[in-house]
Amino acid sequence: MASYKISVNNKLLTVDADADTPMLWVLRDHLNLVGTKFGCGIAQCGACTVHVDGYAVRSCQLRVASVGNSKITTIEGLSAEGTHPVQVAWSEVDVPQCGYCQSGQIMAAAALLKHNPNPTDDDIDNAMTNICRCGTHYRMRKAIHLAAKKGELVK
Amino acid sequence: MIDEAVSRRHFLKVTSIAGGGLVLGFNMLTNAQPVKPVAGAVFSPNAYISIDANGLITLMSPNPEIGQGVKTALPMILAEELEVQWDKVAVEMAPLDQSKYGSQNAGGSGAIRGRFMPIRTAGATARQMLITAAAQQWGANEVDCYAENAFVIHKPTGKKLSYGDLAAKAALLPVPTDVKLKDPKDFKIIGTRVHNIDNHKIITGQPLYGIDTRREGMLFTVVAKPPAFGKALKSFDDTETRKVAGVKNVVSVPSHNLVAVLATSTWAAKKGRDALKVEWEDKSKLESTTDHDASFTELLSNKSDKPGRNDGDVDGILSNVANKIVEAVYETPALSHANMEPLNFFADVKDNKVELYGPTQVPARLRTAVSQALNIPETNIVLGMPRQGGGFGRKLQPDNGVEAALISQAAKVPVQMLWMREDDMQGDFYRPASMFKYKAAIGPNNEIVAWHLNAAVLSNNRASNPDGFPAASVPNYRADNHSLPSNIQTGPWRAPTSNSVAFADESFLDELAHQMKKDPVALRLELLDKAKNQPTGKAASYDVAKYKSVIDLVAQISGWGKKKAPNVYQGFAAHYSFSTYAAHVAEVTKMKDGTLRVTKVYSAINCGRVVNQSGAETQVEGAIIDGLSHALFSKVTFDKGAVEQTNFHTYKFLRMKDAPIEVIVKFVPSEDPPTGLGEPGLPPIAPAVGNAIFAATGVRYRKLPFELGKV
Repeated sequence: MASYKISVNNKLLTVDADADTPMLWVLRDHLNLVGTKFGCGIAQCGACTVHVDGYAVRSCQLRVASVGNSKITTIEGLSAEGTHPVQVAWSEVDVPQCGYCQSGQIMAAAALLKHNPNPTDDDIDNAMTNICRCGTHYRMRKAIHLAAKKGELVK
Repeated sequence: MIDEAVSRRHFLKVTSIAGGGLVLGFNMLTNAQPVKPVAGAVFSPNAYISIDANGLITLMSPNPEIGQGVKTALPMILAEELEVQWDKVAVEMAPLDQSKYGSQNAGGSGAIRGRFMPIRTAGATARQMLITAAAQQWGANEVDCYAENAFVIHKPTGKKLSYGDLAAKAALLPVPTDVKLKDPKDFKIIGTRVHNIDNHKIITGQPLYGIDTRREGMLFTVVAKPPAFGKALKSFDDTETRKVAGVKNVVSVPSHNLVAVLATSTWAAKKGRDALKVEWEDKSKLESTTDHDASFTELLSNKSDKPGRNDGDVDGILSNVANKIVEAVYETPALSHANMEPLNFFADVKDNKVELYGPTQVPARLRTAVSQALNIPETNIVLGMPRQGGGFGRKLQPDNGVEAALISQAAKVPVQMLWMREDDMQGDFYRPASMFKYKAAIGPNNEIVAWHLNAAVLSNNRASNPDGFPAASVPNYRADNHSLPSNIQTGPWRAPTSNSVAFADESFLDELAHQMKKDPVALRLELLDKAKNQPTGKAASYDVAKYKSVIDLVAQISGWGKKKAPNVYQGFAAHYSFSTYAAHVAEVTKMKDGTLRVTKVYSAINCGRVVNQSGAETQVEGAIIDGLSHALFSKVTFDKGAVEQTNFHTYKFLRMKDAPIEVIVKFVPSEDPPTGLGEPGLPPIAPAVGNAIFAATGVRYRKLPFELGKV
């Protein structure tokens, strides 16, 4: 057990955990940020996707000891009131069904748009690799295009 | 899982509440006792509707929400008849209390189907009583009063009173026995596009799911379970486990072949579980998929003793040399439910009392199972239902709740039991594998004159629906069902039976159409005409006109039979299940790199009246993509009792790059009561895609999954 200072959602937090503890469980069990979801534990499903310095990362494979000074953003920190263009688009397109994978999907989409503000369908195909068993893919694609438009408007 | 039929006099009770509110209870059990609300608790969840003195209207959603949208759609129906604005009501998940809410299940695509009229009546009754209260207060005639946006308005004078003002008075009125429902042409909410009620909470990552439960003193719990069906717990050594930092306790539940590790975090519990040394022993046969397949083949070399349907003289026609005989064997694999939220449950067993909170499609059944397993009366067990990360039939089994409760009882602490993905995938109640053997005869007039389906399925499941299409349209028709006893756990999986037999039936029909050089859609219409004008045998399960309505509509919106881009190919399939008709046209595109991709799917659905346009579309879009995902990639196989797929690297799902770019869903306009929609969109997608692949390549895929990458 060791003590780690990590930046989560722009707050510097102290966590006492084993060095090999995945950030997924640090977030969920130590910090009670349960918006980040457990799906597979082997970086296959993407339900645990968070941003590390603005890039989408599967937190089940990110050990607390490797976080260092990187800034972690979770779904709870993406925006204060759910007003990030991706969140707004998700709501307007009415994407969620069961909703369980959606925080990971939103984090993946937000990272995509951050680095590629106007993605093509091919870009979306390549960047959105998370699993959704409900089959919301068609609506997620629509929502990403809509969020890109909203992003344009914001500029 | 269909709600019991109800008659109005049985389910409607009304009770005055201290504090000036109105609570209506609707009791769906014929012998039930009157509803007694908790004193003073306006929001007491003993009813669907509560209105407090400040006018706050709370609608209770009674059925588990597993992603099928009932937490939105059922309150929409209430709000419609109650005459309130959708964005002004609060919606809450009702607790488990079937004496007040009737059957609270998620299964069989039954919630809207079973509750549409009872819930409309519930809303209309409340509206009627509020109108009566207002009329009495004004000394006015009721016919001069109407309700709108949570006010009762006196038409001649324009006077108005809010529902909040009227609640206390309305609560004292006798319950009207024959309320007038709204004329559907006046619907303002039903049929509109309403968004998922929990969207904001979902997109902001708020705690909504069972897995998110956190309670004082709770320990995170991970379990060790048998590595194969047929094996049982013999002994275990937890020496190393207890050395893991954070591990607080290890308990075993031998009756359930379970060792549980309780810790201060999931990671510690998992590490502790992985450090256990468990010895398992063989208790029954260790079965393999190869054995099942061989047994299916053997079973299908004979007809069953009791055919599910046997019209005309199938053997005679199939042995007549004047007819062309077409034979084919189709196979569908076992599947895992693989809900995105792995199975979990919170349980706190203390002083012969139990608190349960977690994902289940059958809360009452789960509570009964816990009561029996723990020997604690049901009256001492409370159960709450969170939003659930999927269902698909897995949570019709109560095992997750029972295990959590047994662990809490043994360890004497509140536990949040969570299965790792491997536990979930290897401890499922699988969609059973099936095999379908067809033999059909095409007569000299180029018509299907005989059809024999001999089908086999694992365990005690139903392989086919003997009275489904094309039954009644073919003069000589026989359907045989066999089942192969097995110790592999199987159970309902989204659209049971239909999810397999529709692939086989609708692909084989496509084969016959090509053999007859007939258009596949025209062949279906020809058969439906025969079912209507010269039906054979007992009545079929489907309605010809409704079946035809979806075929006509999907052919129209997809441009069926019209010229397409040179690299685009269409396939058609239809199926009837859960009282709903679904027809899909899948478009397969030959991509530049030579691979095939399902780029677009058109769907026509006849599900009676649509309650929530957005929710209904999303159910069908989702069923299509879910069905496509499994058709392309997913299978479970067994080797000596062990499940060979352990996680998503071996049990594969479709990703965005394999999803259709577009899914077009249209509903046949209908005034009929709503029918099921969670499941019916799934069965026809696999055959529609298989038929499109045939159109594109000339290769007939008779076994799922297609695994196109291998071609």
